[in-house]
Amino acid sequence: MKSHRSCFLILLLLLAGTLLLSACHHDEPLPFRLTNVTGHMPTLQFQLTDDQGKTVSAEDYRGKVVLLYFGYTHCPDVCPLTMAHLHVVMQRLGKLADGAKILFVTVDPSRDTPKVLHAYVHAFDSRATGLSGKPRTIEALVKRYRSAFTREPATADGNYEVIHSSAIYVFDREGNPRVLFTPASSQDDLVHDLHLLLAQGDAE
Amino acid sequence: MKSRYATMLFGLLIAGVAHAGSADHIKTSHAWIRVLPGDLPAAAYVTLNNDSDAPIALTGASSTAYASIMLHKSSSEGGMNHMAMLDAMPVPAHGNAALAPAGYHLMLMKAVKQVQPGEHVQLLLKFADGSTLATDFLARPANAVDAGS
Repeated sequence: MKSHRSCFLILLLLLAGTLLLSACHHDEPLPFRLTNVTGHMPTLQFQLTDDQGKTVSAEDYRGKVVLLYFGYTHCPDVCPLTMAHLHVVMQRLGKLADGAKILFVTVDPSRDTPKVLHAYVHAFDSRATGLSGKPRTIEALVKRYRSAFTREPATADGNYEVIHSSAIYVFDREGNPRVLFTPASSQDDLVHDLHLLLAQGDAE
Repeated sequence: MKSRYATMLFGLLIAGVAHAGSADHIKTSHAWIRVLPGDLPAAAYVTLNNDSDAPIALTGASSTAYASIMLHKSSSEGGMNHMAMLDAMPVPAHGNAALAPAGYHLMLMKAVKQVQPGEHVQLLLKFADGSTLATDFLARPANAVDAGS
């Protein structure tokens, strides 16, 4: 009789354990509103220089939900608008925003020194970091995310324009690509999806 | 007597219109500049209302605060951002046209001195017929999304 009861108890514990495990399971698809790119893009990997002049790698940002954007500072209209919108998104997240990080990778490393980048990204949001690197390194990173940019010939005064992708790539705390935000997407959807990702596996 | 005055007045009005040009038919609103740090180029935005019967073309601007100003248009094609220099932006008859983020804008380059958010900067808007319109633009911080209240 006694052994019967303990057997039942063990079974019950096992069942509870299984339930708990499945609840924590990470492969459970999240109800994203933006374009879901989970498993369709490479994980966040890079080795670049941050806006303090320090060499950093993607591993340094593990534990944070990363918003990756390729832009350049001599872009007076669309890049600042995108960064301003990201700042609004961070504000809407409130305290949760501490778990997110905006990474602004310049596609114009010859003009965007760490100093220029630092002043630029901080004019938008204190949680943004500017990243720069050798042109070849940045080119490889852009290709890695199937993004693109081209440089137009310089004008008489040496000014040139860069045509570049406008997407924002969102990675989870483990560096896995999760959703893609484009200018056509809604800001509400980005906030919604960031809530889902920030609720997942709080690193602290 | 009365009618003579009226005729004179009418004549003066006609003369006034003939000399004033496009600028007199344009009203501006939501004029602002997104200020960026250092000597990075900035963008100016404004909504133009044309109360005349003919379309009016904005061709550019000048200012004592910036050495160079160009009329540009951003566009997005196939997920790629592109910026092109333009000769003019049309303002339809009895209608509005806006220079607004991610579209038409005036690119302000080489600030004479760093413009601070909160300051007003005067730009002289230029129209195709050679007339000009002095407009005050409010300098706003980099992370502003519009002209503010």
